[in-house]
Amino acid sequence: MGLETLSPALILLLAAVLIGLLRGHARTAVVLLAPLLTLWAVWQVPDGVQGTVKFLSYYIEPVEGSPLRRLFATVFAIMVFVGGLYAYRVARWYELSAAFAYASGAVGVCFAGDLITLFLYWELMALFSTVVVWCGGTPAARAAGIRYAIMHLLGGVILKVGIEGVVVGTGSIQVQPMLAHDFSTWMILIGILINAAAPPVSAWLADAYPESSPTGSVFLSAFTTKTAVLALILLFPGEPVLIGVGLFMVMYGIIYALLENDARRILAYSIVNQVGFMVCAVGIGTQMALNGAAAHAFAHIIYKALLFMSAGVVIYRTGKSKCTDLGGLFRTMPLTTACGIIGALAISSFPLTSGFTTKSMISQAAVDESLVVVYMLLTAASAGVFLHAGIKFPWFVFFQRDSGLRPKDAPWNMGLAMVLFAGLCIVLGVFPELLYSLLPYPVEYVPYTAGKVLFYLQLLLFSGLAFFVLLPLMKRTETISLDTDWLWRRAGPALLRLAEKGLAIMGAVIDRLRLRSQQLAQRLATRYLGQPHTADSKERGVFARSWPIGTTALWIAGLLSAYVLLYYL
Amino acid sequence: MSDNSKHSQADEQLHWLVRPATIRKLWIGFSVVLALTVVAQSVIYVKGYFGIDAWFGFGAVYGFASCLLMVLVAKVLGVVLKRPGDYYQEPGATHSTNDSKRVVEESVDGT
Repeated sequence: MGLETLSPALILLLAAVLIGLLRGHARTAVVLLAPLLTLWAVWQVPDGVQGTVKFLSYYIEPVEGSPLRRLFATVFAIMVFVGGLYAYRVARWYELSAAFAYASGAVGVCFAGDLITLFLYWELMALFSTVVVWCGGTPAARAAGIRYAIMHLLGGVILKVGIEGVVVGTGSIQVQPMLAHDFSTWMILIGILINAAAPPVSAWLADAYPESSPTGSVFLSAFTTKTAVLALILLFPGEPVLIGVGLFMVMYGIIYALLENDARRILAYSIVNQVGFMVCAVGIGTQMALNGAAAHAFAHIIYKALLFMSAGVVIYRTGKSKCTDLGGLFRTMPLTTACGIIGALAISSFPLTSGFTTKSMISQAAVDESLVVVYMLLTAASAGVFLHAGIKFPWFVFFQRDSGLRPKDAPWNMGLAMVLFAGLCIVLGVFPELLYSLLPYPVEYVPYTAGKVLFYLQLLLFSGLAFFVLLPLMKRTETISLDTDWLWRRAGPALLRLAEKGLAIMGAVIDRLRLRSQQLAQRLATRYLGQPHTADSKERGVFARSWPIGTTALWIAGLLSAYVLLYYL
Repeated sequence: MSDNSKHSQADEQLHWLVRPATIRKLWIGFSVVLALTVVAQSVIYVKGYFGIDAWFGFGAVYGFASCLLMVLVAKVLGVVLKRPGDYYQEPGATHSTNDSKRVVEESVDGT
């Protein structure tokens, strides 16, 4: 086994262990240097499979390089670095350690050449992301973490069932494109889609992420869903089901974000919305679409982390996350406000931001395939993104009314992390070639034509107008919105309680019946089989009692006739 | 600290950004920009892919209309889906306001 079969992910895994062992500056050094080392290692992986290792009776391929895999690993490594910078002074060591192990799983999936390696790193992610959720430290975080773990372990089992089926059916453990045409491939698809927060289980995302700590949610926003997008690109490019699933996610994210009151939950719903764009692109499956999905994932990780960072600073400084409690923070938090607005513009794909140069590729892919309805829905959704994330988030958190809160602006490290990502959002928007040159397929797409920019400006600015015109309709209420998780958080337990009550009633009825039949048998026995108390007043068993002669004679006659009957048969 | 005096001044006197006069100016400015984006279409050619999306001002109308529709759909769904914030809390459990405790515990940095 050579050095080339060691995945860059192992650097982060080692760092996760070291973070636990080291203290003070040494730990800070690990937090900041390990991601950079990983980034370097990612770019040392050449194309193709880098050797095999025998594991059980399979030859697994722990490291396989390709432009697409390197692209995702690159953005994951950048994310760990900036996330580490953002978090290291506030987060507990175990949260950092878990976040690094979690990121290690994500980077491992990027380079997994076979399904077994992919599954192992997949589960590593599930385990340590649960720990990150738990690091929220509140009872609500504990409960949400358990629900999160159940969902992801269930997803893991479904994925494993699918992998077993494919391995048995085809004899190959390769990660290669397939279509969902039989049971096993469907299981793999469903297992991946659970991690992508696809319907009907999208609720896990908005349930768990907002319960984590302000720093934890920054890490959580980046890895799980985007690894699922990568897995979809690798395994199911052009799977038509994904177009519908993606469009549903896009609309679901917008509607739920519009209803939501909690700032981080708004952002969580908009993750579902954005991943919907990518899932839809994977479903379209052309080179343009897959380029778009990969580029959008890259840009999305950056601006979404930026948004979670600005929300995280607000929560860290004020302890509040509900829109009804916040407002007017721009007075004392100018940097956080500016970075939040840049993130919000990027997610809304405003021209000159990374969202514009990447998301418009997906729309273009729909145009190229003449998918009119898909294009129109994606365009409407772009307007909706500006509505729910682009304006709603900064407006209700930083402007709106004066909440009277005068918190300090971000600590320097959090501020620096936000400035780095805000800068990247704009750099990728102004110089899209930087990202285009990393994409898996050659790019001939020109994002900036006067007509396209004008069209998007009309679309976005008039959705902005719609926001302020319809503001009375969007009054924040202290509510949550029901989702499918109602089924297992309310209906399930209620059904259980009902079943429990039903069983208890049945038990009581049976008890009463038993008692009655016992009494009846007792009476019958007393009547026909003699008194329980004989002459000496001691209680005896049924057959030890003194029986009336008549009964005894009847029994004997019965037994003898049975004997005679059996003898002649 | 100069910060404090600055704050108290800002509190007595509205921040310039939220004064009614500024807001009125912002509305006017915003309206002009909106009008410009539509008018600009008479100069700049917007390539339509499916016929209707090349219509004059299509982006503006489509953006506004789809947002209106989404807000209305959300409003209607909200009637069915919205529940009080403590809906999922166990009846006996104490209400934990998400993050406030954590912040007190963790405000260790000196900036």
